[in-house]
Amino acid sequence: MSTRTVRPLFDWPIVKQAIWGAFYKLDPRHQLRNPVMFTVLIGSIFTTILALRATTTPGTESAAFVGGIAAWLWFTLLFANFAEAMAEGRGKAQADALRKSRQEVMACRLTSNNVRESVPSSQLKKGDIVIVKAGDLVPIDGEVIDGVASVDESAITGESAPVIRESGGDRSAVTGGTRVISDSLTIKATSSPGESFLDRMISMVEGAKRQKTPNEIALDILLAAMTIVFLLACATLVPISEYSVVLAGKGTPITLAVVVALLVCLIPTTIGGLLSAIGIAGMDRMIQANVIATSGRAVEAAGDIDVLLLDKTGTITLGNRQAVEFIPADGVTAEQLADAAQLSSLSDETPEGRSIVILAKTKYGLRGRNVEELRAKFIEFSARTRMSGVDLDGRQIRKGAVDAMENYVREQNGDFPRSLKDQVSRIANLGGTPLVVAEGKRALGVIYLKDIVKGGIRERFAQLRQMGIKTVMITGDNPLTAAAIAAEAGVDDFLAEATPEAKLALIREYQAGGRLVAMTGDGTNDSPALAQADVAVAMNSGTQAAKEAGNMVDLDSNPTKLIEIVEIGKQLLMTRGALTTFSIANDVSKYFAIIPAAFVGTYPELNRLNVMALATPSSAILSAVIFNALVIVFLIPLALRGVRYQSVGAATLLRNNLVVYGLGGFVVPFVGIKIIDLILVALHLA
Amino acid sequence: MNTSAWMEIGLFFVVLIGLVKPLGWYMARVYAGQPCGLDRAIGPIERTLYRLSGVRQDEEMTWTTYAFATLVFNALGVVVVYLLQRTQEWLPLNPQQLGAVAPDLAFNTAVSFASNTNWQAYSGESTLSYFTQMIGLTVQNFVSAATGMAVLIALIRGLTRRMTETIGNFWVDLTRSTLYILLPLSFVMAIILVSQGVVQTFSPAVEVALLESATDAEGKSVTTQTIPLGPAASQIAIKQLGTNGGGFFGVNSAHPLENSTPLSNFLQVLAILLIAAALCYTFGDLVGDPRQGWALLAAMLVIFVPMLVVCVWAEQVGNPRLSEIDIDQTSNAFQSGGNMEGKEVRFGAAASALWATATTAASNGSVNAMHDSFTPLGGLIPLWMMQLGEVIFGGVGSGLYGLIIFAILAVFIAGLMVGRTPEYLGKKIEAYEMKMASLVVLIPPMVVLGGTAIAVSLDVGRASVTNPGPHGFTQILYALSSAGNNNGSAFGGFGANTPFFNCLLGAAMLISRYWLIVPVLAIAGSLARKKYTPPSAGTLPTHTPLFVVLVAGMVLLVGALTFVPALALGPVIEHLQLTATH
Repeated sequence: MSTRTVRPLFDWPIVKQAIWGAFYKLDPRHQLRNPVMFTVLIGSIFTTILALRATTTPGTESAAFVGGIAAWLWFTLLFANFAEAMAEGRGKAQADALRKSRQEVMACRLTSNNVRESVPSSQLKKGDIVIVKAGDLVPIDGEVIDGVASVDESAITGESAPVIRESGGDRSAVTGGTRVISDSLTIKATSSPGESFLDRMISMVEGAKRQKTPNEIALDILLAAMTIVFLLACATLVPISEYSVVLAGKGTPITLAVVVALLVCLIPTTIGGLLSAIGIAGMDRMIQANVIATSGRAVEAAGDIDVLLLDKTGTITLGNRQAVEFIPADGVTAEQLADAAQLSSLSDETPEGRSIVILAKTKYGLRGRNVEELRAKFIEFSARTRMSGVDLDGRQIRKGAVDAMENYVREQNGDFPRSLKDQVSRIANLGGTPLVVAEGKRALGVIYLKDIVKGGIRERFAQLRQMGIKTVMITGDNPLTAAAIAAEAGVDDFLAEATPEAKLALIREYQAGGRLVAMTGDGTNDSPALAQADVAVAMNSGTQAAKEAGNMVDLDSNPTKLIEIVEIGKQLLMTRGALTTFSIANDVSKYFAIIPAAFVGTYPELNRLNVMALATPSSAILSAVIFNALVIVFLIPLALRGVRYQSVGAATLLRNNLVVYGLGGFVVPFVGIKIIDLILVALHLA
Repeated sequence: MNTSAWMEIGLFFVVLIGLVKPLGWYMARVYAGQPCGLDRAIGPIERTLYRLSGVRQDEEMTWTTYAFATLVFNALGVVVVYLLQRTQEWLPLNPQQLGAVAPDLAFNTAVSFASNTNWQAYSGESTLSYFTQMIGLTVQNFVSAATGMAVLIALIRGLTRRMTETIGNFWVDLTRSTLYILLPLSFVMAIILVSQGVVQTFSPAVEVALLESATDAEGKSVTTQTIPLGPAASQIAIKQLGTNGGGFFGVNSAHPLENSTPLSNFLQVLAILLIAAALCYTFGDLVGDPRQGWALLAAMLVIFVPMLVVCVWAEQVGNPRLSEIDIDQTSNAFQSGGNMEGKEVRFGAAASALWATATTAASNGSVNAMHDSFTPLGGLIPLWMMQLGEVIFGGVGSGLYGLIIFAILAVFIAGLMVGRTPEYLGKKIEAYEMKMASLVVLIPPMVVLGGTAIAVSLDVGRASVTNPGPHGFTQILYALSSAGNNNGSAFGGFGANTPFFNCLLGAAMLISRYWLIVPVLAIAGSLARKKYTPPSAGTLPTHTPLFVVLVAGMVLLVGALTFVPALALGPVIEHLQLTATH
């Protein structure tokens, strides 16, 4: 398993940097990206001017009060900036760790006339051919065009066990910064410096290229609209209060400082200030799960997935089939069958072959025999004959796929008994793979190879079903076998005898029905399907083509990761929704704090609405502003960690979140504002 | 409060909810173009109309074409009504020989009737000829209601269609709404009203001798009274059913010849909410899941019922200052009790409060009592009901399309909380929809608050106020809230017929009606283009009680957060002052 770096939420160096970042981000050009916080910036500047005016022209309004408001509005901005800087800082820390692996190395480039020359890796271009020897760092992302070597990819995956990289096939991609530990590879560069996979990853993480995701844009529009509504409600208060003073014949109209304070309290600063931090933190969580998303859009889409296409092998089953039973034909003893099966499998180094030997030993006490002593001639498996076996002492033992073996037996005028056929179909019905063993023209029996479904996967699928996600198993097996495994693993559907075309067609079919489809893949032949899928996770061990086609890369090459990816996507959306709800629900209490305070001079009866019994009008207004600023700080951990996702139905999830963030958002500020008011009074600050 | 009042309110809900399904089902068939029972009778008329006007029934429109047709048609309506008022002295059916209406008032009235607001800065009997009332106003009563219904149906088509550019044909929707729904219902209603004594005649006003002579302001003895008449019943039927609210007479349904008996009162208040409520079922039926419609109706009731209770309670308790000086406001065998200022003894406080809540919940605006004379709390309810954006029942069609927009907003926030990008009825809600939905939610408060701010800042604005203290401000806020949400009811004491207010309120009505229709149709067009995402266990269900609470909460929250400061300085402080102990 990979080693994951679990970073504490507040890491001092990151915090230190984030504090500087908070000031740096006061740049209006930066704030303009966020309409809510831009409004706060304008408000801060405005109240600061009012405070300065109050100090120079006494008698208008308490300079300390206006100054207090101005100061806390600046804090509101800084806190929001700090949240964003924290999220970026955490991402940067991850990126720095990655960058360390990308040292400048000298690469051995093969020129067009086959001359080797030494060039710095930064000068390599796409299409260059380089040779990497054992002990060297791979200088650039590329595709192996010659050679086989073991490569240490721990620098990017955290996986310490070396992996094999070879030309052709699905394991031909190498990543810059990894180290070749044995043999040598000839690599064709697939990217230019600065555009490599790692570079893209780092810039994504650092947020340099961060673009707002579609849902973030939509939410931004809503927040901007709310800001305008509140701007209107507050701005019109000025003439309305002036008129009220005329009607009541006493009091003074609301001051501009109070109007700004009310405005900043009402506009959704909590979600506005934390929105970009939430997005960055979502990307960061992906990276902590060792998944690199090529865009924030992909992370968002992950939350929407309706259908998961999962490869059977490696995801649902352990990958290797194991022999679990020898079923002899009529007139053959189990021992005879086990003996023949063992002999035929002695040189079979596949996991299936080994499992047959092990079963013969554990169940029938047949010890392994020395292959050399037997002077046996082993017949390798070939795709044409679809059987393997052994010739020794005049015995010709073969094992293989059912139809191949049936032909083999009949060719020699042997008989393939009906009872054996029944056994074969029974095994297939159970989801197993039957292997027929024959000696000469006599069919001895069947070996039952079973796909072993991973432990706990069934529960995982049940969870997914509750989340509303349909799981589809993709397998090359025949429909009968596939159905049995599908039933055992608890997937909702399966695609048997899958070809790349069939996969692509299946994805298109789901998409035509309005579903969003996620899949994992590693091979080049997966590329079309990966490109079609809405969320496509390429295995890092896969080919370059697969990685290019996908919109995420799993550094651990763990197909089960897809489930985690979906959860991270959902968490991201939920955090946005929860904080928006919290932010809006907060406003009720702020009205109760500020409205009576602002107009009590004109209408003393309004004090009956001062339900929190706040000490003075100015302490009430200041308390609301301070609460509004501090709540951002308190919610930074939530924004960075994300709201916890539980796989329960949507209705339950909504109810739980509404209670916590809706009702909580309603109640908490009443308490918070009261406490701040008490503190202000105790400190004689208001 | 006495038993009969409770029974009336109870019966009101039973009959209203009982009629939702049959009428809603009928309307769904009308809009789906399926046989609805009246085809034999109305079909030929419909086809003749299309032939005469060159409308091709099967021609589909994109949302922009649909919006263009809607706006052009309504603009024509404004122009025609304006010209009719300006030229009525030369036109027939003017037995009182009323002169041309002043330009500002004519503009205000034309906009008011085209926009389904029916704000009346005039008194019908002394300003408008029978011809203007019938050809101008009554026609607008029908077509402005039908416009709202057409836009709703277009939005529903947007929700149900998949990957297409078109959302129906405005002319067909308009015609079918009028011919199959509004006309038959109004016909039945008018007949019943006439049976109750509501006047329907072309005779001029009659002069009758007073039983007891009175003295006028100058001390002269008055022995006769002029009783205005006219073709009232036919206009009142559609005025209630089409959530128009423009009375034939100045005092609207408080006038004995406009609303004569308890039965006519019951039917009129029922008619206010009838179509708006039934359209919820139509919506559910057309989207293929009646539960969706019931959920929206429930969201309306969740707000309506508590508001009604508060209003009835506030009016029935009466004025505490009167109780202090031993005036009996209790309900007993001799009186219905409560705050009876500005109320008809025929109806009493409870039935008046029911009407006030219903007429402002729906964007009707007709009255059977003077809202200006309600207790502060009792008056707060109609005021706030309008400020909620006229989506609790609201105007026919317009109320439901407004509520669907609120549902889209609720889905957007709540949808995020279940970890999916939001979708409503299988359609993804994205940036474009949010932009348009924001406009729909933004514009009415902008008009109301902006207009109020202008009015209170200017002397011409303040001059119309007829009450001291916070109630004076409430009068202005009420007028703007009414015009800015296309309701049309008024605080009667307010001097609305000034050039300033005629223009300001006219502009408010124009903006709130048409600037909302365009983004709503834009959403319809955008949704129609999208593909359909079938629901799964991870999809937010939009027919559950939780969702009902969410939509209602969204409406209340937007309404509260926007208007709390203004309300605090109006009815809230009035109430606090009234109930303050000395």
